Amino acid sequence: MSKHMTTNTPTKAPIQVQASVLKNLDAVRAMIKRHKLNDYIFSVIGLLALMFALLTLLILFGDLVMDGFERFNLKFLSEFPSRRAANAGLLSAWVGSALVMLVTFLVAVPMGVAAGLYLEEYAPKNWFSDLIEINVTNLAGVPSIVYGLLALGLFVYILGLGQSILTAGLTLGLLILPIVIVSTRESIRAIPIAIREAAYAVGATKWQVVYDHVLKYSYGGILTGVIIGMARALGETAPIITIGALTFIAFLPPSPVTDVAPFINFEWLSSGFTVLPIQMFNWLSRPDHAFHINAAATGALIIIVTLLMNGTAIYLRYKIRKNIKW
Amino acid sequence: MQNTTSIIKAQSKNLDFFYSNGMQALKSVNMPLYENKITALIGPSGCGKSTFLRCFNRMHDLYPGNKYQGEIVMHPDNTNILEHGVDPIEVRMRISMVFQKPNPFPKSIYENVAYGLRVRGESNKRMLDDKVEEALKGAALWNEVKDRQQDLAFNLSGGQQQRLCIARALATDPEIMLFDEPTSALDPIATANIEELMSELKQKLTILVVTHNMQQAARVSDYTAYMYLGELMEYDDTNTIFTNPTRKETEDYITGKFG
Repeated sequence: MSKHMTTNTPTKAPIQVQASVLKNLDAVRAMIKRHKLNDYIFSVIGLLALMFALLTLLILFGDLVMDGFERFNLKFLSEFPSRRAANAGLLSAWVGSALVMLVTFLVAVPMGVAAGLYLEEYAPKNWFSDLIEINVTNLAGVPSIVYGLLALGLFVYILGLGQSILTAGLTLGLLILPIVIVSTRESIRAIPIAIREAAYAVGATKWQVVYDHVLKYSYGGILTGVIIGMARALGETAPIITIGALTFIAFLPPSPVTDVAPFINFEWLSSGFTVLPIQMFNWLSRPDHAFHINAAATGALIIIVTLLMNGTAIYLRYKIRKNIKW
Repeated sequence: MQNTTSIIKAQSKNLDFFYSNGMQALKSVNMPLYENKITALIGPSGCGKSTFLRCFNRMHDLYPGNKYQGEIVMHPDNTNILEHGVDPIEVRMRISMVFQKPNPFPKSIYENVAYGLRVRGESNKRMLDDKVEEALKGAALWNEVKDRQQDLAFNLSGGQQQRLCIARALATDPEIMLFDEPTSALDPIATANIEELMSELKQKLTILVVTHNMQQAARVSDYTAYMYLGELMEYDDTNTIFTNPTRKETEDYITGKFG
């Protein structure tokens, strides 16, 4: 090597360059190491935060399951509440929850999707639509008891709908309306302008673009928002108590489906009712510990149903978006 | 390629265009489109060529505040397609468009091509099948997709997607087809396919194409317009523009001294 160097005239320069590069390389490596330490520190902090949230939920859920384990059987779902804790069941509560959810769904989905579509596709973009947007977002953060008070005044007293399934469904429908509107707008916004222009360019009207394209490509996201909203409504207690739902119900509302024509009736809408979280609250407020077991079992059931709903939302989003790439 | 033997299909007269922010993007553009000819629009970025193209199917109407002044008259019916009384949807039924990036709908190949017909109320299955086949053949895509028309359009390659978009624009028998830099997202082979296709399409319709690619304009077009800062600097048949331009600016742009 030294022989080779002596034969060339510009020998010194390359060696010097190499030395300085090497020196720099050490500095660069040290810097990368320092920066990577930050990566590591943050990943640990992030993991701890995640674990804290997950573990809290898991412990809570595990505690409920262990406390309520002995009531996990079909009898618990098929019995009315009773004065004797061991005989008491959730029948009226889960049927009430299901019927209220049905009304909530029928109220929130058409109204929320229509409002979201209008705001995104039809409304002129100006300060007024900005104001509406801010208000809709804010509505999502209004405490649910305020919705309860509104419903008590409007639906129960002014409109005279009574302390009924209809009132509860309308109230929860209003409560989750902002969630549905926001998720509708977000999924609509995700559709590229190029796709809309392509549809307009072949001569489509606004409604054809909305119906054939905008709705078809965004319903996965809309559905996700609806399910998450419904899961929230399922657990809501405060507004339902405010409108005066009964806490002890030993009957079922009239069936929505009958065996005589027209096979459907709407009497159930005006029926008194109770829902799962209220039943849980009722049992929890009793001194007898046996009822607390029932409450724990109910809590576990609500969490399981909520998780199932959210799981469905994630699955649907994945499945529907698989065919849409942009 | 003499102007005298050609029929004018459409003509812009003193066309000004203003975007909603007040910027004037077109300044008194006067230009004919000859029937069954390809007219290329060239010029540096931001010169207004895409803006001009999008006037022809009233795409600017989708965004509030944009304003046209002047006329684009379509022949033989002498309709000024920019007039307030003329519905932009009617214009788009006569003039179709192919975009810069392939933008198929997230639907099947068949539904992509059939969509324009469905919008026009066509629901007869036989009729749709025939029209879709005809359009796919016209876009030189039929042989590649005839056995998988129900596949998603996204599964096609970029070049195939662009030909699908051409088939979609073709299915409705337009009088004029607008191409907004149709090959800028494609590789050279796909580009050659599209250029060949355009030359075939002009037998049936009139083409206006925006291109950044000087060779492309020279290869495919019959007439070329050079635009700069919203003005039509020079318009002539393509041979003249590329071999003997009148204006120095045109020559500078074409030879790459500028732009």
